[in-house]
Amino acid sequence: MDLFLDYLWAFLVGGALCAIGQVLIDLTKLTPARILTSYVVAGVVLGALGWYDPIIEVAGGGATVPLTGFGNLLAKGVRRAVDENGLLGAFMGGFTSAAVGVSAAIFFGLIASLFFKSGTKINEK
Amino acid sequence: MNISNQEYGRIVKRVSPPSSMTKTIPMAFVVGGAICVLGEALLNMYGAIGFSQDNAGAMTSLTLIFLSALLTGLKLYDRIAQHAGAGTLVPITGFANSVVSPALEFKSEGYVLGLGAKMFIIAGPVLVYGISASIIYGVIYYIQTLL
Repeated sequence: MDLFLDYLWAFLVGGALCAIGQVLIDLTKLTPARILTSYVVAGVVLGALGWYDPIIEVAGGGATVPLTGFGNLLAKGVRRAVDENGLLGAFMGGFTSAAVGVSAAIFFGLIASLFFKSGTKINEK
Repeated sequence: MNISNQEYGRIVKRVSPPSSMTKTIPMAFVVGGAICVLGEALLNMYGAIGFSQDNAGAMTSLTLIFLSALLTGLKLYDRIAQHAGAGTLVPITGFANSVVSPALEFKSEGYVLGLGAKMFIIAGPVLVYGISASIIYGVIYYIQTLL
């Protein structure tokens, strides 16, 4: 039952974050690039204010999988790096905590691009 | 212009978003929620086989990004995205798709300035503003620790 609730919260919170993005797309004509950028920056701000970790507490993957979670990760990494290295840490933490996500996207992106044929793109965004 | 009914429908849909908001928002909610449930399952699985909480999160991102790159290569991700909108954009899989999709599309323009450069057409701005925001926060946080 507990496990079921975990998944339910992940679904509801993750779904809600995506629904907000869809509302922004439909109503404001924000491009996908702007949505992604806004979500990451919003995540940094929410993480800096300490408001995002309580959401992760409840929603787990529902809060870490959306890009606001990536932003929160940046904030968390910077906080840790500043604790350990002082001001220099401000220039370390972001990339340290983004390392896996960015490296994976670059590397798998390269492999996929080399391996697959570039066909006609189905939808242009 | 020679277009199929399906394509015509797609164009109409794209040009008239407000009328279909009753469809787009629930679709985004359900698909986005489902991707997050998959993330939650991966988190639990990596946690159960001994990864620390932080590393389980990183492994989950790694797995989701791999799956997204694969589905983008197979042209499936963009097909789902057509119906799911922000549901496939907002999760980390959408970020991966925004890297892989232009890389694949612009491969024909060369491996350096095509594939290599266009890979960052969306991820670039995300990193510029995300990393900069984190640095600003880092400086503020540092000043707070001094006080």
